[in-house]
Amino acid sequence: MMPVFLPDTLDAALDLLTRDPAACVMAGGTDLLVHLRATGDAPGPLVCLDRLRGLKGIKTDGDTVRIGAGVTMTELLASPVVRDFLPLLHRAAGVFASPTVRNMATIGGNLCTASPAGDTLPPLYVMNASVELRSPRGERTLPVDRFITGPRRTCLERDELVTAVTVPIPVDFDIHHFEKVGQRAAQAIAVVSLAALVALDGTTVHRARLAWGSVGPGIVRCSEAEELLEGQRLTLTNLRAAAAAVSNAVTPISDVRASADYRRQVAGNLLLRLAAL
Amino acid sequence: MKIRFQLNGQEQRLDVDGDLRALDVLREHCGVTGPKEGCGTGECGACAVWMDGVTRLSCLTLAAQLDGRDVTTAEGLATDGPHPVQAALAELGGVQCGYCTPGIVMTAAELLARDANPDRDAIRRAVSGNLCRCTGYHKIVDAVEEAAQTMRAAQEDK
Ligand SMILES: Cc1cc2nc3c(=O)[nH]c(=O)nc-3n(C[C@H](O)[C@H](O)[C@H](O)COP(=O)(O)OP(=O)(O)OC[C@H]3O[C@@H](n4cnc5c(N)ncnc54)[C@H](O)[C@@H]3O)c2cc1C
Ligand code: FES
Ligand code: FES
Repeated sequence: MMPVFLPDTLDAALDLLTRDPAACVMAGGTDLLVHLRATGDAPGPLVCLDRLRGLKGIKTDGDTVRIGAGVTMTELLASPVVRDFLPLLHRAAGVFASPTVRNMATIGGNLCTASPAGDTLPPLYVMNASVELRSPRGERTLPVDRFITGPRRTCLERDELVTAVTVPIPVDFDIHHFEKVGQRAAQAIAVVSLAALVALDGTTVHRARLAWGSVGPGIVRCSEAEELLEGQRLTLTNLRAAAAAVSNAVTPISDVRASADYRRQVAGNLLLRLAAL
Repeated sequence: MKIRFQLNGQEQRLDVDGDLRALDVLREHCGVTGPKEGCGTGECGACAVWMDGVTRLSCLTLAAQLDGRDVTTAEGLATDGPHPVQAALAELGGVQCGYCTPGIVMTAAELLARDANPDRDAIRRAVSGNLCRCTGYHKIVDAVEEAAQTMRAAQEDK
């Protein structure tokens, strides 16, 4: 039997993690409980964050948006701030699992699970988001691509919590594009996903930031494709050249959802959508 | 651990392991069998209940999390006779084996509490996390549409 604690302050939660090295954090439970059931593992006490008001809330100062780690996908979708300033994240939340899972799953849990298929991750990568962490030793902030260190690995310390993610509002971009390819419309884990921010100078690409999900051990940024697009118009020919670079750069695996070859092809093809936008 | 919560308007006081699934607490300890286990992993929606008015999966919720909450299951939705969604599902053939029905009812009733006039697409999206192996969904969507109409008409009569 695992004792379950429901601390209502951050300090109480950190105290519980400090006191018992086997303690395990639980937010929405949509990854953790599925994992515990599948493996039969029973860690130490569960420190459940769902009474922690301090991890809720979405705030903006006009330059960045700060999203509490306990914010659910449903809350992201309902937020006018996210809808208006972070459309990539809004779209990712909209295609995440099913409405009922969205009522439970948190953005902090999505970050800490650090799955290459995590839907919020490609948007957070292209927007250069940062992760705020707190432990009894104090606070630190890390760029999301440093926070996540590998498939299902982060640099989170045992007695540390993610408190928030801060996202600089992408101001100078003309195209905000997110697409997820799954096996079905609802309740699908991404087979391949793409988040793209493109700044145009007239009709030529001035700057492009691209990130793919589910095509490697982590989220894949492809600077080669970004550079191929910069200074070019978004024609199919130019996009095909960049798509070929992407297909070469990604290192997908074959699994129950799709083959590596399929993923490689689709990762490139998703770029071609930018021509229609 | 000792937990205390409202279940369909009645107070429950239990002494259970905190890491039991809420689904098992409701079914085994409270005798409320509306919520069903289809998958136990969040995929099917058969275990959906409302906690403080929000639809949650009781298979991925722990007993401890019930403490202090207001829980409603399909049994509790039926107050003065069946809820309009329940009535319409029965009437229009939106129920065959019935295993998915209590979950569908909770998700659809939550939608109608939020949106009095959803189109078919919105209804489909709302129940997209509820698997039904029998009906093919069309009649479920028909029923939710009909229930929305009934509820709007009742509202106008008031
Ligand atoms: C049916 C189903 C469908 C799904 N579909 C999708 C999908 O479409 N897209 C997708 O990206 N994911 C999907 N998932 C996976 C999961 O829902 C997400 O990864 C979700 O964001 C996890 O959040 P959570 O709050 O439930 O985390 P939990 O399961 O509570 O926790 C996950 C991990 O993060 C740690 N953790 C959580 N919060 C914190 C914190 N604040 N500080 C420190 N550690 C923390 C926990 O210790 C645990 O290791 C799905 C899951 C299910 C069951
Ligand atoms: S039993 Fe809970 S979602 Fe299937
Ligand atoms: S009626 Fe049998 S599963 Fe839906």
